[in-house]
Amino acid sequence: MHIIEQLVTSFISAAAFGIIFNAPKQSLFKCGIVGMLGWIIYILMSLNDADAVLATLLASFVVAVISQVFAKIYRTPVIIFSVAGIIPLVPGGLAYDAMRNFVQNDYNAAINLAAKAFMISGSIAIGLIFSEVINQVIRNARLNASARRMR
Amino acid sequence: MEAKMIRRYDIMEVSLLAGKIMLQSGAETYRVEDTMMRIAASYGISESHSYVTPTGIIFSIETSEPTKTKLIRINERSTDLEKVTLVNSISRQISKGHLTLEEAYNALEKLDQSDLSYSFVIQVLAASIASGCFLIMFQGMWMDFIPALITGGVGFTSLIYFHRLVPIKFFAEFLASFIIGMLSYGFVQLGVGQELDKIIIGSVMPLVPGLLITNAVRDLMAGHLVSGLSKGAEAFLTAFAIGTGIAVVFTLT
Repeated sequence: MHIIEQLVTSFISAAAFGIIFNAPKQSLFKCGIVGMLGWIIYILMSLNDADAVLATLLASFVVAVISQVFAKIYRTPVIIFSVAGIIPLVPGGLAYDAMRNFVQNDYNAAINLAAKAFMISGSIAIGLIFSEVINQVIRNARLNASARRMR
Repeated sequence: MEAKMIRRYDIMEVSLLAGKIMLQSGAETYRVEDTMMRIAASYGISESHSYVTPTGIIFSIETSEPTKTKLIRINERSTDLEKVTLVNSISRQISKGHLTLEEAYNALEKLDQSDLSYSFVIQVLAASIASGCFLIMFQGMWMDFIPALITGGVGFTSLIYFHRLVPIKFFAEFLASFIIGMLSYGFVQLGVGQELDKIIIGSVMPLVPGLLITNAVRDLMAGHLVSGLSKGAEAFLTAFAIGTGIAVVFTLT
């Protein structure tokens, strides 16, 4: 039940973000799919007590890979799909808690939380980078293969 | 000779217009550069150079005549992924040779003038629904769904309204998150909302600079260090504005 609730809400919110960023109408459904898959990986891992950094890394990697596959199939820019999927992973809650502690003069707790938020943002970036690397490797491999066939 | 000169400038105009629309609509820097050079190449300019930053484009084409360079300034940036997609497909058609220079210029000009965005009401509805759904995603209670829906919608509306009133992005974001904080506090005080933290986090999500963060990372990785860093700085400023707005609410209450 809990998982279904998460699936539905993450699908709707990713598609709604597609509307806010003015993505083309026919791609809204795919935005929702990308966002849902990324979020469900994150939530399943964190429910099973995996580290938040690792969960975010894997989720953002999956989001980026699926976005690239969709972009290849539908011949649209990657960014349409990846943005909607990445947004739920942004550590808004942690940043909020950090800021709240800063305001309440509890700097130790605040720095703690801020460092964690920073680590999670970093893992989003690394997930995006990994998928970009794989994409480039595949593209180069394909170019080499076609070059060999030409010969 | 004269006709040839004009043609060279036309190629430049088409490339620059395509680049301008893409950059204004929030495309990644490397995509803008790539598109401009592809367009120039498909009209027979084998060597062209582009330098794109979030605030301006420098583009030059090299021919047998002296090199021509043009600079355009970008003042207004918004997010309109549909325009990015459309310029992308126009550039694909140009590469395949389906469009002449004039047709391409007219198509791009029409695209530049047109307003393809969803209506304001739909955007606000989307923002409020997204806020409500984020509340549930962050393990909030269904009781808080309606308060988050309302604060998210009001926050997004005030962001757009204040941005029209005062064209300083930081100020608009600060005020919007301040309003979100006050409204959520009001809901909790009235007993309509339960968890103040969850409502605020959910409602603030539509303001989060997600596009900027992804673009900054992709630009940095593609080696566009200037654009990547400046987009990162813009994202940081936005996050700072949101944080400050909420912090003011905490100190007041």
